[in-house]
Parts: sequence; structure tokens; C-alpha cells
Amino acid sequence: MSPIGKAFPRKEGRKKVTGKALYVDDLSFPGMLHGVTVRSPSPRGRITKISFEGDIPWDEFTVVTAKDIPGANYVALILNDQPYLAADFVNHPEEPILLLAHRDKYLLEEARRNVRIEIEEQPAIFNLEDSLARKEIIWGEDNVFKKYLVDKGNVDEVWANADFIVEGEYETGAQEQLYIENNGAIAIANADKGVTVWGSMQCPYYVHKALVKLFDLPEEKIRIIQTETGGGFGGKEEYPSLIAGHAALLAWKSGKPVKMIYDRAEDMVATTKRHPSRTRHKTAVTKDGKLLAVEIDFVIDGGAYCTLSPVVLSRGTIHSAGPYVCPNVRIHSRAVATNVPPHGAFRGFGAPQSIFALERHMDKVARTVGLTPEEFRRRNFIHEGETTATSQVIRERVDMDQLLTRALQLSNYHEKRERFARENAESNGRFRKKRGVGFATFMHGAGFTGSGEVYLQSVVSAEATVEGVVRILAASTEIGQGTNTIFSQIASEALGLDVDLIEIVQPDTAHVPNSGPTVASRTSMVVGKLVESAVTGLKQTLIGSSLLPHEYGQSEFKRACAEYIARFGSLKTSSTYQPPPNVHWDDEKYQGDAYGAYAWAVYVAEVSFDELTYAAHVEDFVALQEVGRVLNPVLAAGQIEGGVAQAIGFTLFENVVWKDGRMANNQMTNYIIPTPVDIPPIRVYFEENPYAYGPGGAKGIGELPMDGAAPAILNALENATGVSFNEIPLLPETLMVKLL
Amino acid sequence: MRAFIPNYQLTTPASLAEALTLLESEPGVWKPFAGGTDLMVLLEAGRLAHRNYINIWGLNELRGIEATDTHVTLGALTTYTEVQTNPILRREFPMLCQAASETGGLAIQNRGTLGGNIVNASPAADSPPALLAYDAEIELVSNRGSRWLPYQGFHTGYKQMHIDPDELLARIRLPRNTAGLTHYYRKVGTRKAQAISKVCFAAVGKTGQGKLMETRIVVGSVAPIVVRCVQTEAALRGQRPDEETIAAACASLVREISPIDDIRSTAKYRLQVAKNLLADFLATLRT
Amino acid sequence: MNNRHTVEFKVNGEARSLEVFSMARLLDVLREQLQLTGTKEGCGEGECGACTVIIDGQIVNSCLVPMAQVNGCEITTIEGVAGGDQLHAVQQAFIDHGGAQCGICTPGMVLAAVDLLNRNPEPTEHDIRNGLAGNLCRCTGYMKIFESVVRAYKK
Repeated sequence: MSPIGKAFPRKEGRKKVTGKALYVDDLSFPGMLHGVTVRSPSPRGRITKISFEGDIPWDEFTVVTAKDIPGANYVALILNDQPYLAADFVNHPEEPILLLAHRDKYLLEEARRNVRIEIEEQPAIFNLEDSLARKEIIWGEDNVFKKYLVDKGNVDEVWANADFIVEGEYETGAQEQLYIENNGAIAIANADKGVTVWGSMQCPYYVHKALVKLFDLPEEKIRIIQTETGGGFGGKEEYPSLIAGHAALLAWKSGKPVKMIYDRAEDMVATTKRHPSRTRHKTAVTKDGKLLAVEIDFVIDGGAYCTLSPVVLSRGTIHSAGPYVCPNVRIHSRAVATNVPPHGAFRGFGAPQSIFALERHMDKVARTVGLTPEEFRRRNFIHEGETTATSQVIRERVDMDQLLTRALQLSNYHEKRERFARENAESNGRFRKKRGVGFATFMHGAGFTGSGEVYLQSVVSAEATVEGVVRILAASTEIGQGTNTIFSQIASEALGLDVDLIEIVQPDTAHVPNSGPTVASRTSMVVGKLVESAVTGLKQTLIGSSLLPHEYGQSEFKRACAEYIARFGSLKTSSTYQPPPNVHWDDEKYQGDAYGAYAWAVYVAEVSFDELTYAAHVEDFVALQEVGRVLNPVLAAGQIEGGVAQAIGFTLFENVVWKDGRMANNQMTNYIIPTPVDIPPIRVYFEENPYAYGPGGAKGIGELPMDGAAPAILNALENATGVSFNEIPLLPETLMVKLL
Repeated sequence: MRAFIPNYQLTTPASLAEALTLLESEPGVWKPFAGGTDLMVLLEAGRLAHRNYINIWGLNELRGIEATDTHVTLGALTTYTEVQTNPILRREFPMLCQAASETGGLAIQNRGTLGGNIVNASPAADSPPALLAYDAEIELVSNRGSRWLPYQGFHTGYKQMHIDPDELLARIRLPRNTAGLTHYYRKVGTRKAQAISKVCFAAVGKTGQGKLMETRIVVGSVAPIVVRCVQTEAALRGQRPDEETIAAACASLVREISPIDDIRSTAKYRLQVAKNLLADFLATLRT
Repeated sequence: MNNRHTVEFKVNGEARSLEVFSMARLLDVLREQLQLTGTKEGCGEGECGACTVIIDGQIVNSCLVPMAQVNGCEITTIEGVAGGDQLHAVQQAFIDHGGAQCGICTPGMVLAAVDLLNRNPEPTEHDIRNGLAGNLCRCTGYMKIFESVVRAYKK
């Protein structure tokens, strides 16, 4: 029986429910020191003095500054502009300047408080408007990290003849990933053996690449091991390179193992968040509701250093025009610098921002044209054979109409729309709870954008043991989303063996090949396909050597493995990424096949709005998506539910309060994420339409659920209150101001 | 953990008498430490300025809920969990039970105490509005003896209160005069559980022949201390709870509170919601 | 000033006697001195519930409990929930029904769920939501956690 589509329990589930799973802070080494970071008290300026004060035995401490860095003082990523330790100039609050290590954690904190950093401050800018206006040039020549232009048809020729032109502006705020396990790393480092780091991370090879430069060591002298990871959501994509480097620098200088674990306050104040955004839409429509031209200006705030902003911007740009067909599209997008800690990867990677704007705007256009949100979208949905904003021809069957119909039925949308309109109009002179229902229709591309996967050249290996166990070697990490279980199912399917005979090797750059980062909804679809082909290669090797018949059972497989290994020493095969046929991408013009495959979705939210407190609450949520093939229904639903909950937080609760570029509410008490009583029933439904190039037909789904909730909820709130809201997080305080 | 733990002392007395003697012998040196749900948070953040504490958690003299014909008396160490599960409190003082059930999660409710909530003196605390609306009295004990005083007036400013360095809050007493009262409690936070109040509103009221005989109105998180709105109450006495009265009451309320902008909310929001809650409370008293 | 004291207590049935700072957090002592690393730190301020343990039959946040208050107590941590190899019904349900994803909130969540079912063997959905309100999860959106709790008691 095929294991694909079955609800196999999580492979590492038992150790997680018994407390035996080992996260980085659970590890300890003899003689280990603890490390902390001393950070900039100012947003921007020159470091003039560092003094070590107080009644602290400073000679017992290992102190690392930029001068102690053996290699290059930058975090190798895209532009290499971010230093590991600021040497003489800081560009954001909480920028790392100095590192301390000591055996005694308590004394270490006392010491951290007694390092005084003096900064000669320079003018700083804290939001994207000031950056765009070049109020101060703080990065490069124009504060712009990256810009893109997508141009399809010619929008300029359309405006004059359009029946309607609809404009809108939409904003999204920063969002903290808030994985429950804070960032952390342990390092052992010396010139003789090189550098070994254990850490909580999504992408061991990103850390590897960064540490090769930081220590100027050959690749084989840097070893990165992923420990059990307590959530990532993008927050452990690029940031671990920094904390791992810091721990390693302290270990290098002290000659001792060094553990560096952030507490919540430090993790929130210093590490990456979702890029704030501002999107402007200008849309030309015919009187019967056909899109003629779409012009989008999409800007994201990248923070003080480039980090991943160009790629976040890329995904946001491509997703900004959505699952609609329009002959003329122009998207102009920019990522700009501000003096706040760098913003970074967060589930959805720019797409939730631009899709929020689009799906709010589509409701506005519909209203202007005089159509329902439903009918307007139906007139513009993309179909097989039509082209997206980047002129990608959709080659798979897409039926957004049918998805919409089903989602509206599942949510009882029409009945609610009618009933709420009636009930909301009734008044008894008291404060009411008004209700509304709204939806968003969207798509999300899986895998790296454009040629990204080709450049990555990901590799997965499979190795058999004499016991007939097949070990999967990949750098793709289990961060809660189910990598271990999904890879086991895929390998089990390809080999016809029990899932229990598949072993997933702990990601360790000394042992596993680079299967690419664990990001971009690529692990199941792209890396899973490599798992499938690697184990298929292993099977074919055995069949080719005549040790295994075409039809075989487990005992025959085990015998064949043992025999092969006895004869040849080992049995290991690898598979390298091959793009699907006919995929073309033009990086200059930003045209072509942006993604190999898209997941398609319709999300419907029912909200209540309390006139007494101005609080909005999501009462019911339907998430319907076409995802190729569902590999494991429990894990897949878990991804969707978790993403929707995170998106509800993004929409209604999660507000980063900024004060001069620093997060002022960097505590879980004051940065509000949803609790078990804040989340409505999230009803998840899948449609299956197997994708030819995904393992078992699967497409990526990890980021998808982050996209649709925010616009669906705000569309529902407009339905409830009759007022249009175009910014998130939408807190009661903002709702009140708009409604009074 | 940002605090330098070796600098802190948490000493455990064998009895209340021993605790009081310690408080008396070194005035100002020692402070009581109950369930720790507030103090440990400050400690973790490295912001707990005081160093020496008396661990009163084990003092059974400060526990227990007792009822007489006229009063219910609660030991200062009564936890939120104990408040919620007490049948008399549930029947006669439902706002206190509701406040307890909305303070933190269960693990906090098992550890957080009413006495701690009072002495911690946060204007955003959840139980003081209910206690003030129920005309609570508190008992302060020391080696000099015991004194009962009305809870109303105990807090004098932000984190300021009428307690001497040798005194300990021992008991809280509620008069059993709630029969026939309408109780109205609403805690407003950004989320439904584990929120810190942006506005907390507790009120009781009674009408006779369509007129307001008595109201007690308390609002939290809108001033340096939790505010019993005595002028508004006075203005309402004898009035019909109609639109005009409600508007006047709201105008009076605005004069009695002084909300601010902070990382949790805005002054404007707090003011408006406080008015809304008052209006809603008064509307419930309409016959 | 010597602020170290001897504290005697039981953890998962085993008697312990330790020299500790009176204000040291139970969380740190469990993890660092007793190597019971199943109890996790998520926030250090009693907000997330990852450090939940059971003291004398009640759940608490071990990050908010100073060692001076542990003397004479009986503590159950996640390591003490299963009976040897036999998982508690809640643990098994979390495995079978997707209640755990990244696993970092799981020990605290399991203890809160075990405590809930001890007090209330057949909780309603409302009871479950409120019983777990002090335990935050960022992965699951809670749906599968609720389902796991229901399956655990219906077993």
C-alpha cells in the first residue's frame, strides 16, 4: 500500500512528547563557557569609546571585538554588507559590537551591563517613507538595496480609455517570527581542528558559507550541525549565521566550547522580523469588470543591511499581481534601507505583504465597478494557457472558479453575507457585535524564484546499510514542518519499503550534501523529489547489479544491500537538481517562469466586531487549497492551521512598537500572539491535482497559509462595519479612530 | 536570566510571627515575596531593584477563605485559582472570580495571589477593580498589632501605598451586601487570554423605581492607580439611566481618569472604551 | 552573605537535596543541575508556558518559581509523565494526531493537558481552550492540540 497520502505519525514525535528531543540549549560540553553580545545603544553613529566598568573581574572574561576576527568581517550572504561586529560605525540599535564569555552565566550578565559603549550619534531614519525621500542617505547612494521592474504589455496606453481607474494604498507592519525556541548556538573552534557549531537553524550550509569567510578556513574545516529546532518560520534562515559566528569567535579566542543562547528579550529586540511594506495600486477596468491594466508600486523596509531583502522583494513582486489575467502589468518594487535591525525571512517572504494589498484592492475595484467581490474575481481569474504578470504561461490545470465556489459553500458565505447584513442593521440602542464575512483568492509559488533552483544545484544522497536500512542524507532541516516524516514517506514509496526502514540523518555538513536551504516551500516539492530520485538510483543500482529482482520484498532488499556492501564496500547514490523541462526565466527583464508550480487557494474569514471595545475577532475560518498532492494529511493540515493562526496574529494582534529604531515591546507579555482562546475553528480543505514534477505529485505548501488570512479578515471587517481598512496590524486602537 | 542571582536573598520564616519580627528588626531591608508572578518577571529582566525578600508563600496564617454572616475574609495568599473555585465568591462576588479567571493562564492563577496583586500596586491589575467595587477592606499586620482599613484610598500614587515597612498585608474582607446588585466586569486586552488590561472596568449597581439607588464604578489602567469614580457615582445617584444621564456620567468619568499612551494602547482608546463600558453598564440597569 | 541554601524536594518521585541560591529559578535548576532538559525556556516571564511543570498537583511556570519555594515539594516534569516505556494517553495522542510540530512547546503543553484531564476528565472545547490558555504554540494553530486532548480522553 502506498505511503503517500497517509497520516504517518511524526518520525521524531516520541522524543518530542517525552522531553528527550535535544535542542541546542539542552547540550553541554566540559569546560563550556557562556557567551553574550554587547550591542549598540544608538541607531546610527561612530563608536568613540568602549569602557569596562564596575566591580567585575574583567581578566576572567574572554572579550572579542572586530579586531579579533581571523577572516572577513561580514556575514556572507548576498551583498556582504553586514559586519559580524561593528568596528567603528553602527547602523542600527542593538547592532553587535563586542562579545563576552565566562563560565558563570550570572556574572556574565553583570559584566554585560558594565560595558559602556559611547557613540557619536548621526542622523538616522526609521521608516521606508523617510528612506525613499532620502531624508538621510544611510546606505549606498540612494538607500535602495534592490529594485525590480516587471513590465508586461503597456499600461501607459490604457489609462486614457479605461472605464474605471481605481487607486489604493496598503501597508503592513513588521512581524516577529516568535518561534518558541530562541536563537542559539554552541561552538568549538581552534586553528588545529577548525570550527564546529551546533545550533538551532534552518540552513546549515548558509552558516557554513558564512563561517568559511569569517574564519578564512577551508570548507572542510567548518562543520555545522543542526540540533532539534524549535520553530523557524524564516527567523532561523539567515540569522543563525550571525549567532553561530559569534559563538565561534568566542570559542576561537577562549579555546573553550562556548554556548550562546538569546533570551526572549534579546531575540525579539535584535533578530530579524518580517519586512514592513507599502503598496500602491492603480488599476484600469472596463465597465463589465475586466482588468485592463495593473500598476503596482511595492516597497519594503529592509532595515540597516541588505541581508535577504532582494529575494524577499522578488517574491513579493512576483506575487503582487495574483491569480488574475491582465494584458498590461507594470510592477515597480524597491527594498530600502532604514536604521532598524535588518528585516529578514519570514514565512511567505514578501508575498503576504503584496497579496494583502492586492486582495484588499480587488475588493475595492469590485465595489467601484459595482460587482460583488466574487463576481469581479471570477471575471479575471487566470486559466490554463493564460499568462501571469511575468508572462509565465500556466501549463497546469487551474480552476479558481471551482475553488471559489467550493470555499464559499464550505463557509456558508452567501447565507452569512445576507444574514449578517440584516442582523447588523438591527439596533436595540446598545453596543452591538457586528459580523461580516470576506475572502481572498491567491496563489503561492513553491521553490526558489526564477533560476534560483538551478543556481542552488541541490544534492541529496541515499545510503544503504547492511541491515537494509536506507539513510537519507540531506541538509534540509526538520523545524516542525515534517521534513523527517515526509522524506521517509517519499523514500518508502519509491523503494516499496516500510517507512520504519528509512532513516533521516541529522543535518551535519560533515556528512550530508547541500540540499539547499529549508525555505521557500521547497523541502517537500524540490528536495523531496531529489530524495525520490536518490533512492530510486539506489534501487536501480541493486537491480542493475542483479542482486535485487524487479519485484522484491523487504528481506530481499536487505539481503541485496548486505551483499552489495560486502562486494563493493558501500552503497550510496546521489541525485542533483534538474529543472523541469521548458522552464525559462529572464533575470534581467523579470519575465518568464517564475516558479515551477503554484499552489492555489481561497480563504474565507468570518469576523465579529465589538462596538464596545473596537475589537475584531475571527469567528470561523475556511482554508481551501489546491496543493498538487497531499503527502501526509495530518502534517499538511497542521501546516495550514499553523500558518493561518500566524496570519491572524499578523492581522489583528502583532504590533511591533518602534522607538527610535528599536522594538520597545520586546517581551511576550507585550507583543501579542494568539493564545488557544483567540483562534477560531480553522477548517482546512484540500483539492488535489498532482504536479508532474513533485514527489508523489506534491507542490509546496509551507508559506501559502500566511498569504490569505489578512486580506480575507479585512475584507470581512469591511463587510461588517462598512468601513475600509488598509493597514495591518489592525488593532482596536486603529479601528476606533477610523470608526468614530 | 539577567539578574545577578547571588545578590538576592529569599529567606523563609517558619511563621508569620517570625516574618513580622524580621520586617520590624530591619525596616526597609526586607520585602514580602508571595507567589512570585510579578517579582520573578522583574528579576528575569534584571530590573528587580530590591534585593532581600521574605518568602511568605508557606505561611498558612495568610491562607484560607472564611465566611461569617456579614463578611467573607480572604487570606492575602489566596490564589486566583482558589478565588474561582470558592462557591460563596462565585455566588456573591462574581466579578472577583471573573477577574481571577482572566488573570494570566492557569499556571499563573495557581501561583498569583490577591494580596500580591494589591501590594504590587499595578494600575493594570485585574482584581483591584473588583475589590474596590465590592468595598473591600484590608488588614495590615505588624508586631505592633493589626489594623483594618478600607481598600479605597490605600493606593496613593503609582506604586505608592499606605503601608509601613514593618507591615504585611494579611487579609482582605468583603462585606456580604451584594444581594440585588447588578455586577458588570469587563477586562479589555488585545487578546482574550493572558492579556494585560488596556482598560479594566468593574461596577455594581442597584435601581429602584427606575432610578439608580447606588452605583460603585471602578476603572483600571486609566490612571496611576485604579480609580473608584466617586464623583460619577454621586452624579448618578437618584437619576434614571437614560441617554442624558449616561452622557453626563461619561462626561464626569472623563474628569476622574487620566489615561496615557504606552506600548500597550493609547490614551484616546482607553478613554473612549472606559466611556463605552460605563454607558454599557448603565444601559444594563435600565428596566 | 551566603545565599546558598539546602533545598529538599522530589522530582518525578525521586528525592533530591541540592545547594542552591534561594532566588535561583526552578527552571534553571531542573535543566542545569538535574539535567532534566525536557522543561524548556520560551520567555522567562510566565507568558508562554514552555517551562510548565506540576508542583504538588498544580501546574506552574518553573521560570517564576524561586528555589526557596520548592522546599518540601513534589515536582513532576515531562520526564516523569510516561510510565517507563508506556506513554501517557496525552503523549500518544499528541504523536498520533499532530499535536506536536517543532516540539518546543510540547513538554509544557503535554503537562498542561495532563493536568486538565486530571481535574476535568471530559472537558468541553471551551474547557480545553481555557485549560491550555497559558501555553503558547507558534506552529500548530492549536487545532491539532485540541484534537489530541479530545482523543486522549476518548481513548
